[in-house]
Amino acid sequence: MSEHNANTMNLKLHVWRQKGPDAPGKLETYDAKHVSPDMSFLEMLDEVNETLIKTGIDPIAFDHDCREGICGMCSQVVNGVAHGGQERTTVCQLHMRSFQDGDSIFIEPWRARAFPIVKDLVVDRSALDTIIQSGGYTSCHTGGIADGNAILIPKPDADYAMDAAECIGCGACVAGCPNGSAMLFTSAKVAQLAALPQGKAEAAVRVHAMTEALQGCGFGNCSNHYECQAACPKGINVKFIAKLNREYLKAALN
Amino acid sequence: MQILKSVVGRKVFMAITGQCMVLFAVVHMLGNSSIFIGPDGINAYAKHLHDLGPLVWIFRAGLFAFVAIHIFYGIQLTLENSAANPTVYAVKKQIKATFASTSMIWTGLLIALFVTFHILHFTARVTPGIVKGVDALGRYDVFTMVVSAFKNGGIAFIYVAAMCALFFHLSHGIQSFFQTMGWNTDRTQCTISTIGKAVAFILLAGYAVIPLSILASALIK
Repeated sequence: MSEHNANTMNLKLHVWRQKGPDAPGKLETYDAKHVSPDMSFLEMLDEVNETLIKTGIDPIAFDHDCREGICGMCSQVVNGVAHGGQERTTVCQLHMRSFQDGDSIFIEPWRARAFPIVKDLVVDRSALDTIIQSGGYTSCHTGGIADGNAILIPKPDADYAMDAAECIGCGACVAGCPNGSAMLFTSAKVAQLAALPQGKAEAAVRVHAMTEALQGCGFGNCSNHYECQAACPKGINVKFIAKLNREYLKAALN
Repeated sequence: MQILKSVVGRKVFMAITGQCMVLFAVVHMLGNSSIFIGPDGINAYAKHLHDLGPLVWIFRAGLFAFVAIHIFYGIQLTLENSAANPTVYAVKKQIKATFASTSMIWTGLLIALFVTFHILHFTARVTPGIVKGVDALGRYDVFTMVVSAFKNGGIAFIYVAAMCALFFHLSHGIQSFFQTMGWNTDRTQCTISTIGKAVAFILLAGYAVIPLSILASALIK
């Protein structure tokens, strides 16, 4: 225990505070003292919130759920990079050992017109749900359980679809994109379903519906900066955006 | 037409028109390089082009339409992108985006201004100090016009600076074309990006060598 105390850090946090969607926001500075390097980033914020509550200050609101990098709820831009910049890591899996004693850390919410701020670091990401609702599914008749091998899928196609299906819908691609575009998110679902026999039947309708929904939600256009791929905690590749473009052109020309 | 309003369709139009202009830039550079043969080279090349008559005007009209489409969608998409991302981060780090990719609208604007000047300068020949004349065979003396123009350091600087803007624009634009057309895969992405930058550099070098060599020879004399 004494060894842990010797390794603890004192940090200066610059956190975006905003009371509500229409309230003005600003960066507030807080001290995070005796932070263990073994803490996750969110545990560190929990500790800071404990201190804030004791001193009568409203705790910092932030989204979180599973805290193991699979639910896609945590959404913070840390020091200018969505999820903090550790490769393939959500901010809940970012650990304080990535920081040094005395560091200043800037924590901001996802910023995009399609993601209005709810409070502090919490943003409304239901625009991503709207995109999925527009076509990110396959239509099928309900009934008995299908035989597992009734539809044969080549292994490379299954692997490709699984790579695309890794997207957890956190919105880091939008937060990282200079254009506030959700093209990587949309393309991951379009590519996943277009690679599988069950999804191919509706591929043309889907790509039109989902790109229209993307536009309608107020996201920007993709201009191939590839910041989305760099920010993605699941390593979704921009090859899926090329696949979406291919699917779109195929649908438009047929 | 839904494709003219869609997030993908408009980019495809931008990509195709842009790539056609790249092809024109390559052919134009090869044509310009005939200046190194001497007056007979570039004057004969210019005469050959003028002798095409109406075909030249059909080509110019097509090229103008491509430029107009490219500029129209470029401005429209940039405005939409700015509106989609209205709030700036207090701290923002770029990981994969480059100076070239984030300054497309500005390098594009510089190229558009340059092309306007270039047409007034060497095509319409209405700028002050331009040397107009014919050679011994009665052809437009393009060689003397170009050489006398680039002996002026200011003019040479404008041309070289514009080609630098073109280099940055194309070092992102060419590889972007393949991504937008859906021809990129994770295996080809790196190669296509390198080829795009190489083509952009060849165009920069091929165009800039003309004003720089003329200016250098004038300064040495």
